[in-house]
Amino acid sequence: MSKKITSLKDLDELREEGLKSLYPDKTKIMVGMATCGLASGAKEVFDILCQEIKKTGLDVKLNSTGCLGYCQKEPLVDVIKPGWPRIIYQEVDGEKAQKLIENLAQGKIWKESILAKMEEDEFLILDEKKKYLFDPNTGLNGVPSYFELPFYHKQLRIATRNCGFIDPASLVEYIARGGYYSLYKALTEYKPEEVIEEIIRSGLRGRGGGGFPTGRKWYYCRHAKGDIKYVICNADEGDPGAYMDRSILEGDPHSVLEGMIIGAYAIGAKEGYIYVRSEYPLAVVRLKEAIKQAEEYGLLGENILGTGFNFPIYINRGGGAFVCGESTALMASLEGRVGEPRAKHIHTVESGLWERPTNLNNVETWANVPVIIARGADWYSKIGTEKSKGTKVFSIVGKINNTGLVEVPMGITLREIIYEIGGGIPGGKKFKAVQTGGPSGGCVPESMLDLPVDFEELTKVGSMMGSGGMIVMDEDTCMVDIARYFLSFLQDESCGKCTSCREGIKRMLQILTRITQGKGEEGDIELLEELSEVVKDTSLCALGGTAPNPVLTTIRYFRDEYEAHIKDKKCPARVCRDLITYTIDEEKCTGCMRCLKECPQKAIVGEKKKPHRILQEKCIKCGICYETCRFDAVKVE
Amino acid sequence: MVKLVIDGKQVEVEKGLSVLEAAQKIGVEIPTLCYHPAVSAYGACRICTVEVIRKGWSRLTAACTYPVQEGIEVKTNSDKVKKARKLIMEMLLARCPNVKAIQDLAKKMGVEKTRFPEENEECILCGLCVRVCQEVIGVSAIGFVNRGIERKVTVPFEVQSDKCIGCGACAIVCPTGAIKIEDIEDKRRIDIWHTELERAKCKVCGRYFSPMATIDYLEKKGIEKIQEFLNLCPDCKRDVLINKLNKVNYSSSPVKFSNF
Repeated sequence: MSKKITSLKDLDELREEGLKSLYPDKTKIMVGMATCGLASGAKEVFDILCQEIKKTGLDVKLNSTGCLGYCQKEPLVDVIKPGWPRIIYQEVDGEKAQKLIENLAQGKIWKESILAKMEEDEFLILDEKKKYLFDPNTGLNGVPSYFELPFYHKQLRIATRNCGFIDPASLVEYIARGGYYSLYKALTEYKPEEVIEEIIRSGLRGRGGGGFPTGRKWYYCRHAKGDIKYVICNADEGDPGAYMDRSILEGDPHSVLEGMIIGAYAIGAKEGYIYVRSEYPLAVVRLKEAIKQAEEYGLLGENILGTGFNFPIYINRGGGAFVCGESTALMASLEGRVGEPRAKHIHTVESGLWERPTNLNNVETWANVPVIIARGADWYSKIGTEKSKGTKVFSIVGKINNTGLVEVPMGITLREIIYEIGGGIPGGKKFKAVQTGGPSGGCVPESMLDLPVDFEELTKVGSMMGSGGMIVMDEDTCMVDIARYFLSFLQDESCGKCTSCREGIKRMLQILTRITQGKGEEGDIELLEELSEVVKDTSLCALGGTAPNPVLTTIRYFRDEYEAHIKDKKCPARVCRDLITYTIDEEKCTGCMRCLKECPQKAIVGEKKKPHRILQEKCIKCGICYETCRFDAVKVE
Repeated sequence: MVKLVIDGKQVEVEKGLSVLEAAQKIGVEIPTLCYHPAVSAYGACRICTVEVIRKGWSRLTAACTYPVQEGIEVKTNSDKVKKARKLIMEMLLARCPNVKAIQDLAKKMGVEKTRFPEENEECILCGLCVRVCQEVIGVSAIGFVNRGIERKVTVPFEVQSDKCIGCGACAIVCPTGAIKIEDIEDKRRIDIWHTELERAKCKVCGRYFSPMATIDYLEKKGIEKIQEFLNLCPDCKRDVLINKLNKVNYSSSPVKFSNF
C-alpha cells in the first residue's frame, strides 16, 4: 500500500484524480444533502434520481454535496454536464427529479425550477478559477448567475469554501480544490513559530464567540510548560438557530482536520480531539470518514506527509448540554466528568485537558487556517475591519425571506445582511429587531441596522458576535416575550453551579413571565436591571456573564413595550395571550360559519349569514379564527 | 511569597493561597457558604464575591477560587461588592427561607426579607458534601445530577449506593443541615441518599454504634494505629484508651493525667 503522500508530486497526482471526479467527462448530478437539505426532503430526491437514472440507463455520476447556504431554496440539485454551465435547481421534489432526468435522457436542459447557473468555479486556496466550457446558445441567457444573485454577491466564502462544491466523503475532491496543500506548505516550508507568526499577522480571531486572537492563543500554548499538549476542536454548537459549524463539518470535514493538523504542528501538540454534539450524527459520520481517509493517505496519524510529525485526532461526542460549549466545561466533559465550567484564573493554554496545555478553537476558526497559510496573512488581513479580520459565517433565520447560511466580510452592515442577502421581511411586515449572538446575545433595533458587523461594534450596542446566529424579528414579535423565551432556554441550560446564574436567571424569568401575563408591577424593570447586573458580574462563566443580555437590550431599546405590559396591561405586538382579546367586527362578518366550525373551544356562536360572536369566557386565544377568517372580521386587541 | 493589597492594607502571603485564605490570615472576614479548608475550593455560592483590581482592571470574582497574585488590589467591602453579595444572599434566602444558617447570615449581611417568591429548599447546592465524600473520604458516593434549576445532589439513579459507607461526613460539613442522619437501633438511615445501613455492635458494651460499612472501609484502609479500636463504640474506645494510659509509668512525666 503506497497510498501515503510524501511529496508535492503525490498531492498533484491526487489532485488530478480529484479534478476528474469534480468534472467528469460525463454528466454529474449533485444533491445538497447536509442536514438542512435532508430536512427539506433531499434524501427522497436523491433516491428518486438514483432510481430514474437506472431506469433510463443514463451514464450519470450522482453524488451528495454539502450545503451551498441557500437553505430557503432546498432541496438543491446541481447538474454539471460538459458543454453546459453548472445549473442549480431549487426546491426539487420527486416529480421535478423525474422531469429533470427525463430531459437529461433526451439531451435537453430542463428549464424549470432553475435557481441560477454558474459559469465558473473558484478555487480560493489556489487563487484559480475553473471555467465551465459551454455553448453560449444553451438558452440559459436569462438565467441569473449564482454569483450575481442578491443572496450571494456580497458573500465571500472562506470557511465554507467547499460546502456545496465537493462530495464531503471524497478526499481527492478536497485536494482538487487546494486541500492539504497548506498542510504541505506549513510542514515543509515553515517552522512552527513561523506558522504562528502568520496566524497572528492575519488577525484571525476565535469564531466561537469570544473573539480571542487565535495566533496569540497558539503562541501561549506553544510556550506553556509541558511535554504533552493538546488541540481541541469545539464542535458543540448549541445556539438555537445556529448551524454554521454543522454545515462545515457535514460539507467539508477535511478543512477542519487540515486546520487542526497545522495548528498542532505550530503548537507542538501530541493529540487532537473533536468535541462534537451527539445531535449532529451526520457530522460525526463525515468526520469519521475523513479521519480514516486522512490516516490512509498519511495526512494524519504517524509520520504525516513523511515529515516525521505525528498527530492523531479523536472524536468525542457531547451529551447535549449547551454549557459544554464553554471551554472548561467542554474539557471536563471530555475527561468524563460533569460538564461544568471552572474558574479560568489559570488559562487552559497552560492547564487545560488533563491539566495539560490545551488549545481550543471552534470549527469555523480551524476551517479558516488552511486558507490563511495558502494565501498569506497579508491577503487575509485585507478583508474585514481594523480589529476584526476576515469573514464570518452567519445563519440568518426567523422572519426573513432567504433563510440560510451566509459568509460575509466583517464590517458589512446588518442592513446589507438582512435586506440584500436575506431579501428582507416576508409578507410586507415591518422589521423590528435582530438578535445576534445566540440566546445570550442582544436584540438590535432598526435604528442600528447600519452598524458594521464586527466583534467590537456588536458588543458596544449590548449584543455580541457569539457564534453567528442571527434571528430576525418582525413587528409581530413581542420583545418581552422574546426576552422571556431566551431566558427560559438559559434557565434550562445553565449548569446550575453558581447561585447568581442559577437563581438569578430563574428570578428574572419569573418576573418576565409575570409581565407577559399582565401581572407586572411598578419596579419590575428596575429589579430586572438590578438582577442583570449582579448575574453578569458574579457568575463564573460566559453563560451567566451574558445571560442578561436579551433582557438588558430589550429594556434598552424597547422599554415602551415593557411599560405597555406593566402599566396598561397591553401587549403592543398582540402576542401575549393574557393581554389580548379576539372580537368579531359585525360590519365585516358575513356569517360564513367558517371560524365557528374551526374553533376548537366552540367559543364562537352565531347563525348562518348573521354576524358571529366570540364568547370571551370560553376563548383560549389560539388565534385560529383570526387565521381562518377571509373577511378580516376577526380583530385582535 | 506574594505581595498584594487587601482593603488598603499591604500584605504578604504564601503563593498558592486564595484571596479568601489570604484575607482570613490577616483577619479580614469574607462571608462564605461553600468554602471549607478540608476540601478544594469550588466557587459555587458566590457569597465570597470580592472586587479584584489587576493591571487597572476591576472585576468582581469569587475570593475562594481566585489565587493571590503579585500586585493585585482586593476590595472586600466596596459598594459594588456589598450590593452583589446582598442580592445573592437575598436569592438564597428566597430559596431556603426556613434554614436558620441562611437566615442568620442574611441578617448579618443586612438582608431582612426577600423580594422573590419563597421556596422551601434546604440545600443551597454548595457541593461541600460532594467534595468531602470524594476528596476526604474517597468514595464518591454522591454527586451532582441534572443542570440549571433541576440541579441537585444525590446518589446514582437515586437508589441506595453500595459506595456509601454511611460515615456521615457529608452531614457534618453541610452548612444548612439539609442532610439528616438517623440512628435507630441497628440501623443508620440517610433518607436523602436513599440509604439504610446496618450498624455494628460494640464488642465490649454491646451497644450499636457506627455502620458496619464504615468499619469495613476503615479496616480495608489498613491504618495500623486504629485497627484495635474499630469495633468499639466511642465510650468504650475512651475507656480502653484511659486504661492504656494508666498503665504507663508517668512518674517521670511533668504532665498530670488526673483529669482522665
